[in-house]
Amino acid sequence: MSAEDQGLPMAETSRAATAAPRGILTRIFDSDLWYSFRSSRLVMAAATVTLLMVGAALLAPVIAPHDPYDLRALNLMDSDLPPVWVQGGDPRFLLGTDDQGRDILSTILYGTRSSIAISVLAVLLAIGIGVSLGLVAGYFGGIVDTIIMRIADVKLTFPAILVALLINGIAQTLFKGRLGGAEFWILVLSIGLSFWVQYARTVRGMTLVEKNKEYVQAARLIGLSRAAIMFKHVLPNVLSPVLVIGTINLALAVITEATLSFLGVGLPPTEPSLGTMIQIGNKYLFSGSWWMVAFPGLTLAILVLAVNLLGDWLRDALNPKLR
Amino acid sequence: MLAFTIRRLFEAAIVMLTVALMAFVLFRFVGDPINQMVGQDTSLAEREELRERLGLNDPVLVQFGRFIWNAARYDFGISYQVKRPVTSLIAERFPATFELALTAAFFAILLGIPMGVYTGIHRDSWLSKLFLSVSLIGISLPTFLIGILLIYVFAVQLGVLPSFGRGEVVRIGGWTTGLLTASGLKALILPAITLGLFQMTLVTRLVRSQMLEVLRTDYIKFARARGLGDRAVNFGHALKNTLIPVITIIGLQLGAIIAFAIITETVFQWPGMGLMFIQAVQNADIPVMSAYLLLVAFLFVLINLIVDLLYVWIDPRVRIYGREA
Repeated sequence: MSAEDQGLPMAETSRAATAAPRGILTRIFDSDLWYSFRSSRLVMAAATVTLLMVGAALLAPVIAPHDPYDLRALNLMDSDLPPVWVQGGDPRFLLGTDDQGRDILSTILYGTRSSIAISVLAVLLAIGIGVSLGLVAGYFGGIVDTIIMRIADVKLTFPAILVALLINGIAQTLFKGRLGGAEFWILVLSIGLSFWVQYARTVRGMTLVEKNKEYVQAARLIGLSRAAIMFKHVLPNVLSPVLVIGTINLALAVITEATLSFLGVGLPPTEPSLGTMIQIGNKYLFSGSWWMVAFPGLTLAILVLAVNLLGDWLRDALNPKLR
Repeated sequence: MLAFTIRRLFEAAIVMLTVALMAFVLFRFVGDPINQMVGQDTSLAEREELRERLGLNDPVLVQFGRFIWNAARYDFGISYQVKRPVTSLIAERFPATFELALTAAFFAILLGIPMGVYTGIHRDSWLSKLFLSVSLIGISLPTFLIGILLIYVFAVQLGVLPSFGRGEVVRIGGWTTGLLTASGLKALILPAITLGLFQMTLVTRLVRSQMLEVLRTDYIKFARARGLGDRAVNFGHALKNTLIPVITIIGLQLGAIIAFAIITETVFQWPGMGLMFIQAVQNADIPVMSAYLLLVAFLFVLINLIVDLLYVWIDPRVRIYGREA
């Protein structure tokens, strides 16, 4: 919080400024949010599962028993092995192997890693675009507002998955054969660009309310620039719904990434990702190799379910009407 | 009402023009159309002649005008991949997608509304909790995973339902239908459930929250005080008043069903427009891509327009707002 705010009436200063002397930990443990978090076992379980999966994904290079990127280590003799507990399983491969002899467990760890990385970056991109446009539209109003919101309306006419598919298709066509690893960033871009509208609309609506409050007027009076008012003063006060939408969007982004990769327009099949693993496994479903699709599918479902539960909880916990 | 209609029509036209511009840019500037059409051994002079003949040397604005004029007459050029008019490809594929989307929507409505009503009335019963847990899982499982799961259970393990294609189809005029043969109907079951499940959970949750809200209102209490039976109150009074938002959402979701049909059609190799689009994306078949984009945009805009106008017609409050604006 900047010093300019200190002279304002108590009601208008943010809670963070008044609570500053206390330690950050006490503040977290004393908050309503922590209380509602502790009072639901389901939410705690969801948070634990999410943390475990993110941790495992981050530590993939350390804890994975094999390296799915290392083509020399692949042995076709090891391909299509069932999990350990099934007849014919190999103790080296806990969850079995795929058609090229890659260890399913290791590939899942690396795949979750890229799925989470793409989704987080995409949601951050969407938040960046959406919040900026929403702030600008709400604060400036007039023609700027009309243009931005009209674009948002057009964008809202189409489901996110279709927009992502189109952006992806165009990018793939433009750089056909010359991608060389850019698929990752194309995915981030296409998912990010298909999710920004919700943030823009929410932030715009709240900015319209905030901009008439006294602290904004005061900031304007002392001659702060518009950018400083928007991003340093208005922004912190409109962030909590952004956090909720962000969490729910994260689950949606994981699904979208997996769907695009499954459809063959996301990551290439050589790149481990939950979507590409399911796509490969789907081809071997009829030959009875269920483990190729079951384990990545289960990982995806659990990850999305856990994040969804967290998002639902956060939405209810931050909504004062429901208390 | 008239002013509102005209304004909405104008906005719809602007949206369509924007999408058309995108489709045109895609068509004209992503990849060289000439390179896609001719072989390696075509001379430069021949290329230049073809370029002139197709009007690719005209000013961009003239080309854009021609593109719109052609699209308005339902002409999207020739597919790079199969060398046939895009419109005849679409005509072949459209019935499959239409039947699939409609069946899925029926499935979602016929199961979703009763489940929503039940969970709304009996809030704390174990069956409601079961329905809601199932709906949470339905939202968390991606469409393609549901499809694969259904294929594994019903096609691979039990072997009772086909896992791909439309089965036998009957040709009626220019329309092919799978609804009249046993194998066609059997082939429709799994894709329709896959496509409809997400919409069903959406309808269930929506009807439930609407019921909860309506059941708290005074006129419901008054109806109970008058001594009306549960049936009359729940269905005659409560359900009737929840239906307007439900109809709106279902209408808007028709667009989403068409978009999600891309995924379902890929999983089940269903020969519809979605599969055509995915193949076009994979083969960089730009005319098919831009035609699909325009058609889907047209469908969405049309649905949105109809829903908006229906709303005005149903809800007088919107009508007053429309007159003022």
